[in-house]
Amino acid sequence: MQPQDLQAIRALIARAKRWDAFFGVLGILALMVGVLTFLALFVDMAIQGMGRIDADFFTHFPSRRAGEAGILSAWVGTVLVMVVTAAAAVPLGIAAGVYLEEYAPKNWMTDIIEINITNLAGVPSIVYGLLALGLFVYEFGFGQSILSAGLTLALLILPVVIVATREAIRAIPQMIREGSYACGATTWQTVSDHILPYSSAGILTGVIIGMARAIGETAPIITIGALTFIAFLPPLPYTGEPPAGMFDWLFAPFTVMPIQMFNWTSRPEAAFQVNAAAAGFVLVLMTLAMNGTAIWLRYRLRKNIKW
Amino acid sequence: MNTIVEPHLKTKAECKNFNFHYGAFHALKNVNLPIYEKQVTSLIGPSGCGKSTLLRSFNRMHDLYPGNRYEGEIIMHPDDTNLLSKDVDPIEVRMRISMVFQKPNPFPKSVYENVAYSLRVRGVKAKSELDDRVQQALKGAALWDEVSHRLNDLGANLSGGQQQRLCIARALASEPEIILFDEPTSALDPIATASIEELVTELKERVTILIVTHNMQQAARISDFTAYMYLGEMIEFGVTDQVFIKPQKKQTEDYITGRFG
Amino acid sequence: MSATVTAIHVLPSAKVSDRLRKKPSRHMKERVIEFLLFGAAMISVFTTAAIVYILVKESWIFFETVPLTDFLFDTQWTPLFDDAHYGIMVLLSGTITSSAVALAVAIPLGTVIAIYLSEFAPFSVREIAKPFLELLGGVPTIVYGYFALVFLTPLLQKIYPDLPGFNLLSAGLVMGIMIIPYVASLSEDAMRAVPMSLREGSYAMGATRLQTALRVVMPAATSGIASAYILGISRAVGETMILAVAAGMQPNLTFNPAEPGATITSFIVQVALGDLPHGSIGYQTIFAAGLTLMLMTLSFNLLGYWLRKRFREIY
Repeated sequence: MQPQDLQAIRALIARAKRWDAFFGVLGILALMVGVLTFLALFVDMAIQGMGRIDADFFTHFPSRRAGEAGILSAWVGTVLVMVVTAAAAVPLGIAAGVYLEEYAPKNWMTDIIEINITNLAGVPSIVYGLLALGLFVYEFGFGQSILSAGLTLALLILPVVIVATREAIRAIPQMIREGSYACGATTWQTVSDHILPYSSAGILTGVIIGMARAIGETAPIITIGALTFIAFLPPLPYTGEPPAGMFDWLFAPFTVMPIQMFNWTSRPEAAFQVNAAAAGFVLVLMTLAMNGTAIWLRYRLRKNIKW
Repeated sequence: MNTIVEPHLKTKAECKNFNFHYGAFHALKNVNLPIYEKQVTSLIGPSGCGKSTLLRSFNRMHDLYPGNRYEGEIIMHPDDTNLLSKDVDPIEVRMRISMVFQKPNPFPKSVYENVAYSLRVRGVKAKSELDDRVQQALKGAALWDEVSHRLNDLGANLSGGQQQRLCIARALASEPEIILFDEPTSALDPIATASIEELVTELKERVTILIVTHNMQQAARISDFTAYMYLGEMIEFGVTDQVFIKPQKKQTEDYITGRFG
Repeated sequence: MSATVTAIHVLPSAKVSDRLRKKPSRHMKERVIEFLLFGAAMISVFTTAAIVYILVKESWIFFETVPLTDFLFDTQWTPLFDDAHYGIMVLLSGTITSSAVALAVAIPLGTVIAIYLSEFAPFSVREIAKPFLELLGGVPTIVYGYFALVFLTPLLQKIYPDLPGFNLLSAGLVMGIMIIPYVASLSEDAMRAVPMSLREGSYAMGATRLQTALRVVMPAATSGIASAYILGISRAVGETMILAVAAGMQPNLTFNPAEPGATITSFIVQVALGDLPHGSIGYQTIFAAGLTLMLMTLSFNLLGYWLRKRFREIY
């Protein structure tokens, strides 16, 4: 090669490498946008709201007086709704996942089920709210209640649970299944004695992620009519005069954390904005904790496979 | 195909005009094969000859996957049941015929639970009975001395050879009529292999054994009868010594002398 | 090896009939269990059917009164006035404007991040960045809405003092950041699926990482990346709370992000918060709006799904 060609090539390579370095920086910057936004969000809410958080905040009802308002009805409502959501979504989601992985034949019916699941994962949450409004609130007559809310959110996170279950089940090697069948086990015995126990950690990860999503959902719950100003608790069983029935709480009006935050955010007074920040901070901590746990679980799982 | 008939041996099972299709592929062609009781029969042949396919037909493993089709019969004696019949429940077949796989596949459970599983699916619940039978099975698999003090250890913590013996114990626990071995030593080192081979020779006193092996010397060492297969067909079947020393077919001879495969 | 006479092997008859007797009940149990599991799987189908049924049934009342042409082409949206107008375009303009802003943020940043993580980043950076992106995407949207209203809008007002307190720009920007994890992780999956052999061919010719990424990997992952973009669009169009909080809920036919506006989604929230009785035209508009939204996101989702299937098949 001629010396000047070599020089030209070296210049070319140097230029290309500069672009490489530039892009490396660009990538980090792009990530930084996300990091900075997250920090700004977190720190801003912490600064605004942390001062507001004390024991009273958790034990008071909302009030027209900002200084006395609390999230009692909101977090109790969230907990109760989550109980219904989990009770519906977890068994149904796992059952569906098990069916698709261990039982379903490869035919058009199975294809339709799979397409539906993928599709439902992309439906906007407010459409679930409309569905719940028409179906649960009016058609089935459950009213604007915790039951309706819980079922709506269960449908919303069902695809998450199903996909997580399927991935966890797929990680089990075929040899284990064959070993079980060769012992004379039936399909259900293989599922309950082997498949479910071995995939339980992966399934749990998916359930946690789904529940974290459900806790933060506002739109569907607003749509079915959760009221934004609730200054009482749903009737817990055997409390009150006359004693509430076992399931009365399911049908009571209610509110949840995100809606309480929404309500406060919509009020112009600065003091309510502080309350909103406080509620938001609590909410973010909850979802961070849950998502963080799921991520950690998944990380541990990857290190721990013992086939 | 020339069979040397052994009138003084009872037949435990036999394939009659058995054909098998994987989807459109005709994998096993008109297989006729007697399996003599409490004898070791080995299936040998080059890769792709269908020996594993034939073995897995005995315990209806192919039923687990779509697109497979059995034709013909595999008759089990003395009750003359056709194992391949649609009226026969594959679960029932697998309760009478156990299998040991190529790569040891202990469950992610304790040693005890691995062996006990065969019993649990049969509804055995009483702890004393389970304890007894697990111990017997582990003894039968020549593993008891090594694990009796660590029955609650994970099965996966055993060495390769021990894991395979654990799988054999699991297969023995249900007191099967036939045990199928699918290349049981191909994933093991020579010492572990020797112990498994010794075990197989002991086991045949109690149970009929059908073994697939790609290692001809192994077949010569441990089996009473040998069947040579090629491209889905049963080429030759006979007493092992005869097949190895004086094969009747040229194809068999070519394989045995290493001219191909 | 000579054959020996073996003892006659008799199966105890109790064992045989025992096994045979068990068969029908075991079989029955298995069938019942399979049916129950099948039912659970079918819930997804029922849900879709229910969505379609409810949306169509409830919008029917609306479309009986309001002709489709009015719905599609009227330029005012005033369902609560006496002289009511029902032009969905007004709400659509809000949706389109805010989504456009969001995608202008999410697609470039998401793609850059995806390329960076897939082709440039060292393992340690990836291991931190990916979980972080997941956490970012897991923040409740109401919190993002609050952030847009209380933090970002005042910040933007420092730069552009005429910006109204409720505006589509703020909401759109925050929405964009919320969608970044989604676009980034799907695109990155698509790029990682491109086989190493293609990359090696490029490096062997003396190409740099950036050149390989842009000229070999991205073209090879086009279907997957397009699918990521389209699913991002679908997400933007369907987002509700950020817009409900930060963009004001005032229907406004505009494509200028520096104005407030209502989207299809925030309109539904507004009505749900109000006092309209079920069955009234004003109320049923939410179902007509919802139906429109559903059709839009459905088309995007199907397109995205089809593209993703295509890229999976290639590898």
